[in-house]
Amino acid sequence: MSYNASFKVWRGDNDKGDLNDYTVEVNEGEVLLDVIHRLQATQVPDLAVRWNCKAGKCGSCSAEVNGKPSLLCMTRMNTFVPEETVTVTPLRTFPVIRDLVTDVSFNYEKARQIPAFAPPKGVAPGEYRMAQVDVERSQEFRKCIECFLCQDVCHVVRDHDDNKKSFSGPRFLIRAAELDMHPLDAMTDRATFARDEQGIGLCNITKCCTEVCPEHIKITDNAIIPMKERVVDRRYDPLVWLGSKIGIRHD
Amino acid sequence: MSSLERHTYDVVVIGAGGAGLRAAIEAREQGQRTAIICKSLFGKAHTVMAEGGIAASMGNVNSKDSWQVHFCDSLRGGKFLNNPRMVELHAKEAPDRVWELETYGALFDRTPDGRISQRNFGGHEYPRLAHVGDRTGLELIRTLQQKIVSLQQEDLKEFGDAEARIKVFAELTITELVKDGDAIAGAFGYYRESGNFVLFEAPAIIMATGGIGKSFKVTSNSWEYTGDGHALALRAGANLINMEFVQFHPTGMIWPPSVKGILVTESVRGDGGILTNSEGKRFMFDYVPDVFRSQYAKSEAEGDRWYDDQENNKRPPELLPRDEVARAINSEVKAGRGTPHGGVYLDVSSRMTPEVIRKKLPAMYQQFLELADVDITATPFEVGPTCHYVMGGVEVDADTEGTAVPGLFACGEVSGGMHGANRLGGNSLSDLIVFGRRAGTGAAAYVVGLGDKRPAVSESDLDAAGKAALAPFHADAASGPDGGATPAPENPYTVHTELQQTMSNLVGIIRREGELSEALEELKSLRVRAQRAAVEGHRQFNPGWHLALDLRNMLDVSECIAKSALERHESRGGHTREDFPTMDPNWRGVNLVCHLSPGGDGVELTHKPVPTIRPDLLALFDRSELDKYMTAPELAVLDDPKAGSEVAGGQA
Repeated sequence: MSYNASFKVWRGDNDKGDLNDYTVEVNEGEVLLDVIHRLQATQVPDLAVRWNCKAGKCGSCSAEVNGKPSLLCMTRMNTFVPEETVTVTPLRTFPVIRDLVTDVSFNYEKARQIPAFAPPKGVAPGEYRMAQVDVERSQEFRKCIECFLCQDVCHVVRDHDDNKKSFSGPRFLIRAAELDMHPLDAMTDRATFARDEQGIGLCNITKCCTEVCPEHIKITDNAIIPMKERVVDRRYDPLVWLGSKIGIRHD
Repeated sequence: MSSLERHTYDVVVIGAGGAGLRAAIEAREQGQRTAIICKSLFGKAHTVMAEGGIAASMGNVNSKDSWQVHFCDSLRGGKFLNNPRMVELHAKEAPDRVWELETYGALFDRTPDGRISQRNFGGHEYPRLAHVGDRTGLELIRTLQQKIVSLQQEDLKEFGDAEARIKVFAELTITELVKDGDAIAGAFGYYRESGNFVLFEAPAIIMATGGIGKSFKVTSNSWEYTGDGHALALRAGANLINMEFVQFHPTGMIWPPSVKGILVTESVRGDGGILTNSEGKRFMFDYVPDVFRSQYAKSEAEGDRWYDDQENNKRPPELLPRDEVARAINSEVKAGRGTPHGGVYLDVSSRMTPEVIRKKLPAMYQQFLELADVDITATPFEVGPTCHYVMGGVEVDADTEGTAVPGLFACGEVSGGMHGANRLGGNSLSDLIVFGRRAGTGAAAYVVGLGDKRPAVSESDLDAAGKAALAPFHADAASGPDGGATPAPENPYTVHTELQQTMSNLVGIIRREGELSEALEELKSLRVRAQRAAVEGHRQFNPGWHLALDLRNMLDVSECIAKSALERHESRGGHTREDFPTMDPNWRGVNLVCHLSPGGDGVELTHKPVPTIRPDLLALFDRSELDKYMTAPELAVLDDPKAGSEVAGGQA
């Protein structure tokens, strides 16, 4: 079954731009990215959109669909009624390069600030031993495809550019949690880093990030809240406090 | 070009998938200032799509595994056309490369005793694939990406500049390699974002651009796979070998149309999934070729027992190498026993509980549920062949990955030889890290060897490169080969669609002489039309322009594939000729080599012997198995080494 559907697609750059109306054919079984490609191939060949795998695995085609951060390749057209006008806009949290393509370099800068995995000393390659149940906690976060939808939706930075300096965003809080929970990571103060450098305290656990995650990672429950608890444990536990005052190291 | 952005590096790696990133890490660790060029964003390369795992004979699940068994499996899978030295290095070094990933932070699934778990896969005798559920490629990319970040953190500490010794240039496409005489001097390209040109002056370039799938209509490959590295290397004077061997993965999604081609991982079969036709018959038992008969189960009961007891049973034929399964599916559909949308059924729902399916194949479960609205725990689903991988590629030296062009190296899918006529699943990710590292070493050694005598870039080459890249904006005014009476400009998207149709219809899974000749004619006319591919608008992030430039690469590669396919008068691995349906030992020793014609305006084809298999490696096989692959004179030499001095080389 094919029909013609109405779309509003944002076109422009970081200085100016607006929503343009288009009518595009939609066929059975298609996703929104198919329609954007048809628009590109038949009406506006220079419409800028990022995409790669078209299977929800690379996290390139992030945009906002009717205001909701989404992957264009995972948005099935049968989730809309044929009469509905579908609005497609670029991610709001990042500067627009052109049309639906945004400058996501913020995320790569934040990634570079997190201390890397610290290999355990004295354990040769091939000698790593870990239990499946232990690696699974970190594996959940390593499912992340870096679509940055969580970064886009997070209200700490969504309309507050000032916070970008001191807040790394949900994607990199799960990176911190992943390393913290890695059975063999030799670095011990990742929670302190999350507090001092990643701004974990700014998150007030509204779970918007979890809601938009296409990989269904429980960002808030499984990463951010446990990390917040670790921060609190270290900082406010009276025994740890006392220990630190009398010179007992507590890792 | 005075306003041109210029960078100087020791090593430039083109491509940021598994091979490119591993190569860059190595070059940087060996002290070379290294640039990585990604066509998309850092960490999005097509490697993320790899699902099944990394083949490495660590022996964690079955201690009988060894590099020798892996060597034999790979050569058998490649139908003895592989470069044996590459297969040997690959089998020997893969375990170390996998263990190394753990020191970078990778988290593989574990065995009960805490080691890296390994899974079964088509063509591998023992459970051999290190994996993370069915998202192993993502783990590989992320691990290498994070290793590069850690190297940058080191540089920040040491030099106050994170990018002092390794820098990533994202969303940048290279359009030309620049040479000084015979040797590589640099690479010229444009930023997708701004459309501005950029030059990298570097004595060593590592090509790691992946494959060519976008020349075909149904493919598992992403838009980046336009054969850029194949074409750039060819135009720079390197050889492409084995281009006729294109792997069609047997199980791609086929319905709905928007997901057509997307891969259904082989682990679905490795973990127990079966293939049935519209009559409900498990048809693969009818398609076990003689060369494999002794290694596969004779009955469904035996095949089923194998999943629990691999010592005493043979594996089910669903796990035959990919080329065999793809051809079998093709035959079933042709015989009228296909599904409503022209494929066959793959079924896990009757084989495992929903809980086990969701645990073992989480990404597949999600992929079908979200993209196709199909619950694979409840019902069989339709699958069919999809263009997945090109075995052919740039001819390299097995140890250093150097090519015929001094300073040009190649690794990963863009290189040829490792996989012969057909690649085994799981051998790609291991190929990336084994030969990625070797290419990094090879390039570093080359740069050190040059000393101060670095090749220089000439300004006239840069002007020409710039002009060629901007041609699509002036296609209206361009005169075609007809000298001025040029027809209307072409839409690059239309030319691309027609190219894909030509390749899929005429150079697909089953090939015939007439159709291949027809394809070459059509490619000729498409090439003329592609020169008139016109684009509108501006240079900033203009996908029409990018496609117009990529078209030239796809056409070069397609011509090589069609020419080689026409020339090879036999069926072997990823090349099936209806008019020459059997494997011919006389062709086993022949590599078909594509290179630029002396005038530089076309592709020429020559025959070259496949490198000889060393006697100690050949001794790993049963003599009776070699009977199936080798010619009588080759076998006579085997039986009596004094009978002749030449072992390799076919007579075709």
